[in-house]
Amino acid sequence: MKGVLMRFSGFRVFKEALSGHKGWAPLWRNPDPQPEYDYVIVGGGGHGLATAYYLATTFRKSRIALLERGWLGQGNIGRNTTIIRSNYLLPGNEPFYEFSMKLWEGMEQAFNFNAMVSQRGILNLIHTDGQRDAYRRRGNAMLLAGADAELLDVAQVREMAPFLNFDNARFPIKGGLMQRRAGTARHDGVAWGYARGADLAGVDLIQNCEVTGFRIEEGRVRGVETSRGSIGAQKVGVAVAGNSSRVMALAGMRLPIESHALQAFVSEGLKPTIPGVITFGAGHFYVSQSDKGGLVFGGDIEGYNSYAQRGNLPTVEDVAEGGMALMPMIGRARLLRSWGGLMDMSMDGSPIIDKTPIEGLMLNAGWCYGGFKATPASGYCFAHLLATDTPHPTARALRLDRFARGYVIDEKGVGATPNLH
Amino acid sequence: MLIPHPLLGLRDAQEFVYLGDASLLNRPDGMAEGAAEAFGDYVYLRDNPAGVHRELWFHEQGDRSWLVVTRDTTTHEILGAELARDVALAAKGGAA
Ligand SMILES: Cc1cc2nc3c(=O)[nH]c(=O)nc-3n(C[C@H](O)[C@H](O)[C@H](O)COP(=O)(O)OP(=O)(O)OC[C@H]3O[C@@H](n4cnc5c(N)ncnc54)[C@H](O)[C@@H]3O)c2cc1C
Repeated sequence: MKGVLMRFSGFRVFKEALSGHKGWAPLWRNPDPQPEYDYVIVGGGGHGLATAYYLATTFRKSRIALLERGWLGQGNIGRNTTIIRSNYLLPGNEPFYEFSMKLWEGMEQAFNFNAMVSQRGILNLIHTDGQRDAYRRRGNAMLLAGADAELLDVAQVREMAPFLNFDNARFPIKGGLMQRRAGTARHDGVAWGYARGADLAGVDLIQNCEVTGFRIEEGRVRGVETSRGSIGAQKVGVAVAGNSSRVMALAGMRLPIESHALQAFVSEGLKPTIPGVITFGAGHFYVSQSDKGGLVFGGDIEGYNSYAQRGNLPTVEDVAEGGMALMPMIGRARLLRSWGGLMDMSMDGSPIIDKTPIEGLMLNAGWCYGGFKATPASGYCFAHLLATDTPHPTARALRLDRFARGYVIDEKGVGATPNLH
Repeated sequence: MLIPHPLLGLRDAQEFVYLGDASLLNRPDGMAEGAAEAFGDYVYLRDNPAGVHRELWFHEQGDRSWLVVTRDTTTHEILGAELARDVALAAKGGAA
C-alpha cells in the first residue's frame, strides 16, 4: 500500500493558514510488519531512510521495509551540527562526497519537502605555511573531482569574518580554504523528507522494531529477528551508525569500528553574525549560526569507546576554549543546550558501503563524525548496491576488506587509531 | 572520569592518552602460519562492546605507565585499573 499524497507548496501553506491548519495529515503511515519482504533496511536514521527512498524511487524496487528500534530520526540524524560539504582530499572519498553535494542541490525538489538546504559556504582557516600547502593541495583535489574550492588570503577572510581573532599569538589567521557550495541543512527535515518520500513510494517504515538477530542459512541471509517478530527478507541492508558493531555482532562479524561520543552545543539566539560555517581545525572548534540565530558549534570526539550518547566536561571546556581563542566575542553568549551522539569511528576515518561475507547481507557504516553530508549519496549508493549487487562508481573504494588488503582511505594519515581521525 | 591508578590513586582521565581495546596486548606471532590475516584482524578489528570494556590507557602526563582500565561504555563508570605490565605477565604465566 502506498502513502497518501499530500503535496507541499506555497499555495498549500497559504490555504491552510486561512482554514485553521485543519487539512494537514500525518507525513507517513505507521504500518505493522509483513511476514516477508524483498528488502529490509535496518536503521531509521538519515542513511537508512535515504536508502529506502532511492531503492523505491530511482531503482524502482518494491516490497521494502525499514526497521527502526525507536522512532525515525532519533539517532545521529537528529543530533548533528548539519554541515554539508565536499572538501575531501583522497580519490576514494572526494568523488563520493561531491556526488552527495550534487544530490543535496536537487533533493528538496525531488522529494517535495523543505530541508532548508542553505549553501552558505564553509571556510577552513589556515594558520601556517604548511597548512596552506595542504589546503591548496586539497582544493586542487576538489576541483579535479568537479567540486568548487577557493584559496582565500587573509584580507579576503577579514572581509568575510571581521570578528575573528586574526592576531592570536599561537594561531594567527593566514587565510582559508573556501567551498561556497557547502553549507547547512535542516537535519530533521532531511530525515522527514526521505521518510515521507519513501512512504509515498510504498516503503513500510516500521518503528519501535529492534533487530535482535539475523536468520542465516548456509551462508545466506534469510531474514531478521525483531522485537516485533520474525521478518523474512531476500536482502538486508544495515545502516545503524554508532550501533554497527553491536548489530553486526548478531551476524557473527567483527568490524573495523569503535563507537565514540561526540558533543555539540547551541547558544541563545543572536542577531545574524556568522556568515557561513567556519572551522578552526587547529583549535578543535567549528561554528555556524542557525536560522533561528543560535550559534551551533562543536569540536572533537571524546576519544574513548562510548555508547552513552553523552560526553564529559573536559571536552566542553576544550571546545569553549577553542571558541574563545578564535572569536572572543562569543564569550558573552549564553549556552542553551549541549548533547551527544554515537559515532561509528572507522579505523581509517572513511566509511564502508559494501557486501559482507554473508550473502545478501550488506553494510553501510563507519561514518565517523561526518555522515550527515553523506546522507543522500550514502542512501543512493547503498540502494545501488542492494538493487544491482554492484557498487556505485563513486563508492567503489568504500570496501569492507580494504583494511586487511592494505587499501585504507586515511585522510589524516594517522593509522588505525579511531580517536585521532 | 577518574582512573584509580594502582600506584598513584585516583587520577583525572585527562592526564591519560587512550589507545583502545586491551586485547592489543596479545600481539600475534609474526612468524606463525597465517600471520598476515592474524595481523589484519589484530590491527583493524574490534569487539567494540556496549557494556564492560577492558582498555589501554597511557599515563602520559603522570608516571608514564600503561594501565588496563575496566570501564562500562554505556555509563562511563570505571570499574577498576591494573598495571598493563602485570596483566601481560599474568597472561604469559610469569611473575613480575
Ligand atoms: C554532535 C554531532 C555532530 C555532527 N555533526 C555533523 C556535521 O556537521 N556534518 C556531518 O556531515 N555529520 C555530522 N555528524 C555525523 C552524522 O550525524 C552521522 O554520521 C550520521 O547521521 C549517521 O548516519 P544516520 O543518520 O543513518 O545515523 P542515525 O541517525 O544514528 O541512525 C541509525 C539508526 O539505527 C537505529 N538502530 C540502532 N540499532 C538498531 C537495531 N538493532 N534495530 C533497529 N534499528 C536500530 C538507531 O535507533 C538509529 O535511529 C555529527 C554527529 C553528531 C553526534
